[in-house]
Amino acid sequence: MFMSLTRAQAREEFLADESAYCDRFGLAEDQTTAVLRRDWQAMLDLGGSIFYVYKLAMMDGLSMQYLGGVFTGMTEADFKAAMLAGGRTDV
Amino acid sequence: MSEVIWGLGTSHVPSIGAAMDRGLHDDPVWSKLFAGYQPAREWLADRTPDVAVLVYNDHANGVDLDVVPTFGIGVADRYAVADEGFGRRAVPDVVGHPELSFHLLQSLVDDGFDMTVFRELDVDHGFTVPLSVWTPDPGDAWPCPVIPLMVNVISYPQPTAARCYALGQALGRALASYPEDITVGILGTGGMSHQLAGTRAGFINPTFDHMFLDAIEVDPEKLAALSREDYIREAGSEGIELIMWLVMRGAMNAEVTKVHTAYHVPASNTAAGLALFDNRAPARA
Repeated sequence: MFMSLTRAQAREEFLADESAYCDRFGLAEDQTTAVLRRDWQAMLDLGGSIFYVYKLAMMDGLSMQYLGGVFTGMTEADFKAAMLAGGRTDV
Repeated sequence: MSEVIWGLGTSHVPSIGAAMDRGLHDDPVWSKLFAGYQPAREWLADRTPDVAVLVYNDHANGVDLDVVPTFGIGVADRYAVADEGFGRRAVPDVVGHPELSFHLLQSLVDDGFDMTVFRELDVDHGFTVPLSVWTPDPGDAWPCPVIPLMVNVISYPQPTAARCYALGQALGRALASYPEDITVGILGTGGMSHQLAGTRAGFINPTFDHMFLDAIEVDPEKLAALSREDYIREAGSEGIELIMWLVMRGAMNAEVTKVHTAYHVPASNTAAGLALFDNRAPARA
């Protein structure tokens, strides 16, 4: 489904009715819930590739650094600060 | 025969392109990165090849995961810039070189590399950001025709580093057997250490990256001997993109001359590296 968001018209249709758009692609209930709630970790856990999930994040105006914070339990500001300090070298 | 005149390894971080597109050259977060590129850009500006081959990976923009080519080559006369979900980058479409593409395709298949063929392909930041690193202000067109050589690095099982290096060597043989006398530049792209998702998100390994920047020049076989798991453990789940630099290196001479290297942390979530090699001058006097 996220691949379809590379088309501008599809992005408009998704935003107009996200739930119906998920239905159109036959998403399972837990997948649809993860999308509607913007549960980024759940999207990964359900098998989503970061490059697909990121398309939705970009539509929301969210950065990869915001997502990095979500995945590591940090705020976006703290994650950015960690990157500017040389990245997470101890994980 | 065609002659490979240079090889450029560079990261393709999307935010590097975004920073350039927004004119952030002098922004304190970005200025050091771009200052590191400058010597390479100046050297390359005087050495525009007739054709470039750009080894890259798509990020679910030109191809969906329903078909995953391990190795692919573009044979089109033009490649459109992809819409990755927020409108396309305001950079020129890419002009291809079908004649050389078909020669490379045939040679590589005959040499045991069964390439997937792209007659149509939208190219994403994995392709356009390295072009921008090379040519920051392309105007209406990139400096020369460019042939995409795609490697799967985002979906398990990625090809081994050894296979990428061998593909590069076959590419070198294919270029050498081209009947016309033309000059070629090769770009190997991606990396350096980074991981986007999971609990290791934000991972950076400068020790590994510096080892890689040194070894890609003098001991690429050491890098080719590393396993898929070695790359992911040492450079992160997306750091495995570095295997694409080995395709570039394999197409070059055993001895190359280092023109310039640069390393900067971070470009967004990634360690950004650059290595430029002259394939013509003798390595040592």
